[in-house]
Parts: sequence; structure tokens; C-alpha cells
Amino acid sequence: MRTLNTTLGRAGGVAIVLAVCVVFPLVFTNQQAATIGIDTLIFVAAAVAWNIFSGYSGYISLGHAVFFGSGAYAAGIAARDWHVTGGAEFALLPLGAAVAAVIAVPFGLIALRVRRHTFVVITIAVFFIFQLMALNFSFTNGTTGLNAPFLLWSPVTFDDRFFYVALVIAAGSVALSWLIRGSKFGLQLRAIRDDEDRARGLGVRALRVKLTAFVISGAITGLIGALWFFFIAEVLPQTGFDPIFDLTVALMAFLGGLGTVAGPVIGALILEPAQQYLTQRVTNDYLSQILLGGVFLLVILLLPRGLIPTASEKIRSRGARRRDAAGLAPPGHTPAGEPPAGPPARHAAGQSPKGRSR
Amino acid sequence: MTTKLLHAVVSGVLGGGVYALMAVGLTLIFGVLDIINIAQGIMVILGAYLSYALSVHLHIGLFVGLLITVPAMFIIGVAVQWLFIRPLSGRDRTSMSLLACYAVAIIIEGVLYWAFGPNYVILTASYITSSVHVFGFYLPYIYLYGFAMAVALVVALYGMLYRTKFGRAVRATMQDRTAALLVGINVNRVAALTFGIGVAVTAVGGMVYGATSSGFNPNSGYDLISRLLAIIILGGLGSIGGALAASVLMLTLESIVDIWSPTWAVAVFYAALVLVLTIRPAGLFGRQAVRAQ
Repeated sequence: MRTLNTTLGRAGGVAIVLAVCVVFPLVFTNQQAATIGIDTLIFVAAAVAWNIFSGYSGYISLGHAVFFGSGAYAAGIAARDWHVTGGAEFALLPLGAAVAAVIAVPFGLIALRVRRHTFVVITIAVFFIFQLMALNFSFTNGTTGLNAPFLLWSPVTFDDRFFYVALVIAAGSVALSWLIRGSKFGLQLRAIRDDEDRARGLGVRALRVKLTAFVISGAITGLIGALWFFFIAEVLPQTGFDPIFDLTVALMAFLGGLGTVAGPVIGALILEPAQQYLTQRVTNDYLSQILLGGVFLLVILLLPRGLIPTASEKIRSRGARRRDAAGLAPPGHTPAGEPPAGPPARHAAGQSPKGRSR
Repeated sequence: MTTKLLHAVVSGVLGGGVYALMAVGLTLIFGVLDIINIAQGIMVILGAYLSYALSVHLHIGLFVGLLITVPAMFIIGVAVQWLFIRPLSGRDRTSMSLLACYAVAIIIEGVLYWAFGPNYVILTASYITSSVHVFGFYLPYIYLYGFAMAVALVVALYGMLYRTKFGRAVRATMQDRTAALLVGINVNRVAALTFGIGVAVTAVGGMVYGATSSGFNPNSGYDLISRLLAIIILGGLGSIGGALAASVLMLTLESIVDIWSPTWAVAVFYAALVLVLTIRPAGLFGRQAVRAQ
């Protein structure tokens, strides 16, 4: 009964969020709101994609901007060389994903041979190689970057199309993340996160599983990068390959709850509008950067496990306490000390496949 | 050609000495605290800006200014460790500490942009522009002074680690934190002081970097940290000798490639890193244990 209620509640929550997203452009027609909406959806997808790899496997990647930038550049180069314009631009989005996926294979094969710090550092190093390449190759146009072809759409429908494409991608990534989490593949990933050597001992093909997740995650990020490029209509080496991007998606996932399905979505829904609002209100770019760092530190120190796991734990323990009080486990029947310890332990055990065991 | 090559080797070795200083700080922090201080790069730039502010606004010489900037950076390091690194615990401590350091780096970068703006600045002094004539080529004095100071500091660090009681405590903590705790070493204190020392050397590194580079701005921290990370991974995480060897090796390699193609010289770092790691995941001098962790 409880699980049915939870499932219904979750489905209802998802439906409400989706409905709000669908009517959002109809209610807020001004350009600022539309820009914030599209950017937020882009970051929802990016944070979910990051979480599919880093959240589930425990390998923290600070090089996902490689995929984002590669997707953006691939779309930009293709649009320039093949003279693609208008609605056909959206047909180039899968190309961004494909290029990012192709890059993810050698990247993953090198980086995934090492663990922990070394992995993080290699993702950073690869990231800088890509930024350097974007700066120095002639086909990426160096420091001038690339411009998207000018779109002859009326300003009224311009944002709407991008909004709905971004919405489809974001919803698709969330669905994929949810499917992966419940699948055998997702279980293998989380086994690697908990104890990689033991997982290997139990027959998990660790490298293959990690690489698959890395490629999936990279492909979504590349897709998002291509969309972002057509929306912003420009990519520069320092905006396409932006170290702040890496930090932002990681922060979103951490804020919401690393390794949960809803966590990165909630993190992105909170952070990105706040950041966009700040940049539009506070003209001082540096101040918003300082604030981002400050928020990150606060999240790490105060909510190290993220909003979702902390909140669900609170709700569970309150529910357990209420049932105790209602007399489901009368104190007289069991030795003193048992009742308070009993229910939380049972719930902790029941929750272990979903919540993060410490 | 031979002169050029010789010149490249000399400037590579001299530059390597300075990088060695910064890299030793980083690898020391890793060895003791088991975290990577991603903020090391921006802290070097912060050190450079402190020297810059002292020399421009208060007319304090660069080397004299170190008497102020080194303690200042030490205090910043201890504070960062005490406030943001020490409270972290649990299974995700590694990734959390990396992100915490990253956040600190972002904040410092923002503050530097705010205070100094995005324009490139350089440190100026008479010994930066004048040079000494040896073996047919000119070497600015600052390279020699910087190298000498870096070598002296690395020797001092070595002496501290291997000849003092505190150094023994640091090495014990590097080997086994729990065992060190059991024999009565105040591990928290060692960790805070090590972080402080590792950050304090960036004041020296930053001053020399600011004087020898063609200019720096708050964004230079990214370039610097990626090189430093490449160096300490190449040398093997936690290996001090490895960090020294890798700095000199990489800087020499870079300045040799620089003869042919200045734009791609930086890529040598990462290319060498990727190459070495595909063959030896623990780095050149690293213990194999790094991988098993």
C-alpha cells in the first residue's frame, strides 16, 4: 500500500512538473523568462547526463565540458560546411551526440584505467587538451569561434521551438536515467561505486560497464552542447569548453543528491534559474562566480548527501516515529530500547537499494 | 640550432625548478591529507598578485615582499583546511574534498577578478629585465634567483621532512594515518600545518612565476593547475622525488618543443601524461598502491 502510494505520488509529481514545463512558454512570453527556461532545461539534461555516469559509478568527472564543447563545435562545423540553416539545424543535434560518443570511447579507455583522484585529474587534463585544440586548430576558427547561421524565425516562435526541443531532450534523459537506475546495468554501476574490486570478483565487467555509462553520458552532453550552440548562436573555446560548466553540473547533482534520479533535476531547477536571475540582475559577473563557489561550499558542508536523500530520510524517520506513537509497536511488548531502534533499522534496510548506504 | 637547443634545455631546467616547488607542495598535501588541492593553481596566482600589490602600491621589493606573502599564504592554507577540508568525512570524502577545493578556487578567482580586473599584469624589477651573459646566451637574473630560491626551499622541505620531529610525524601520517594516530601524533594538526606549508610555497612560486611569465591574470590559474596536476601524476602521486624529476623533465620537454611550435608546446604536457598513464597507471615513480585504492 505504502509503495503504491509512493509510486502514485511520484508519477503525479512527474506529471505536474511536465505539465508546468509544457505550459511555461504559453504563460511567460517575454524573452528573459524564455531564455531562463531553455537554459534551465539544458542544465537539467546536462546534470542528469553527468549523474548517469558520475553519480551511479562514483567516478567524479570534471571533464564533461569536453562532450559539451565537442557537440557544440561538431554542430557548428557541420552547419558551416554543409550550409545548414532553418529548422534543418535540429537534424544536426544527433551529430553532436555521435561526435561526443566517439570521443568518449578513447577518453574513457584512458581515464577509466585509473581511479579516484587520478581519474578526476585525467578528466581535467583531457578537458584542457580539448580547449587547447579548439583554440589552435584552423577548422575551429581559433579564438574567434564559430557562429550559427542566422535564423529567420519570428521572435515569437524562436524561443518556443528551442524550449520544446530542450524539454524533450531533458525529459528523455531523465527517463533514461530512471531506466538505467533500475536495470541490471545500473545495479552493476552502483556495485562498482560501492566496491569495484568486489564487483569484479562477482563477475561485473567493470571497464565495459563504466565505459558504456561514460559514452551514454557523453552522448547526451554532446546533444545538449549542439542545442546550446544553435540557441546561443555562437561558440568560443572558453565558452564551449568552460571549466565552470564542469563544476556547475557537479554542483547540481550534489545539491539534489548524487546518484538519485530526481536529485540532479531538482539541483538544476534550483540553481540555474537562480544563477540566470543573478546574472541578469547583478551586472557584476565576478560576484555571481563568488556566490556559486560559496553555495557549493555550503552544500558540501551542510548537505553532504544532497537534498533528496536528506529529505527522504527525514520523512521516513518521522513516519516511523508517528507509527510508533500510534501504537503499532507498543513499548510494553518489547524490551526497553527496542522500539526506537527497530523501525528505523527496518526502513534503512528496505531503503538500501535506493538511498545511499554510507 | 645547437645553441637554441642548449638554451631550451637551460631555461627548461630553470623553469622546472620553480614548478618543482609548487608541485612539491601539491604532492605533499596529497600524501598527508589524501586530497588534491585543485586550488593550488589559483593560489599561485594569488601569491603573484600579492607580490604585485605590495610592489606597486607599497613599493616593497619582490624578494622582501615574500616575508609578508609567505606567512599570508600559510594562514590562508591553514584556514582553508580547517574550515572546508577537515569537516569532510565519510565515504565520499575524496570527491567532496576535490569539489571543495574547486569551489575555493572559483571564489579566489572571482575575488581576484574583482580586485584586479581581467587585464594581464607583470611583475617588474631591475633584476627581471637585466640579464647575465653566460656561454653565449643571455639569462635574466630572475631565472637564476628564482631557481636558486626554489632549490633552497625544496632542500629545506626535504630537510624538514627527513631531519625534524615534525617531518617524521608528517611522513608517518603519509604512510598510515591510523597508525600515526595510535602512536600519539596529532594528525589534525599535522594535516593543517602540511596544508599551510603546501600553500605557503605557492607565494614563492607565484612571485617567480609572475616575474618570469609574459603576464598573468586571474584566469592563468587554470593553465597552471593543469600543468601541476600533469606533473604530480607523472611523478606518481605522493612521491616528492617524482614531482621534482617530472617538473624538470616536463619543462625541458616543453621548451624544446617550443622551438618548433610555441602554440603546441603546452600540449606536450598532456600528451606525455596520457602516454605515460596508458603504460604505467601509477605514474613514473608512483607506488602501485595508488591504483589499487
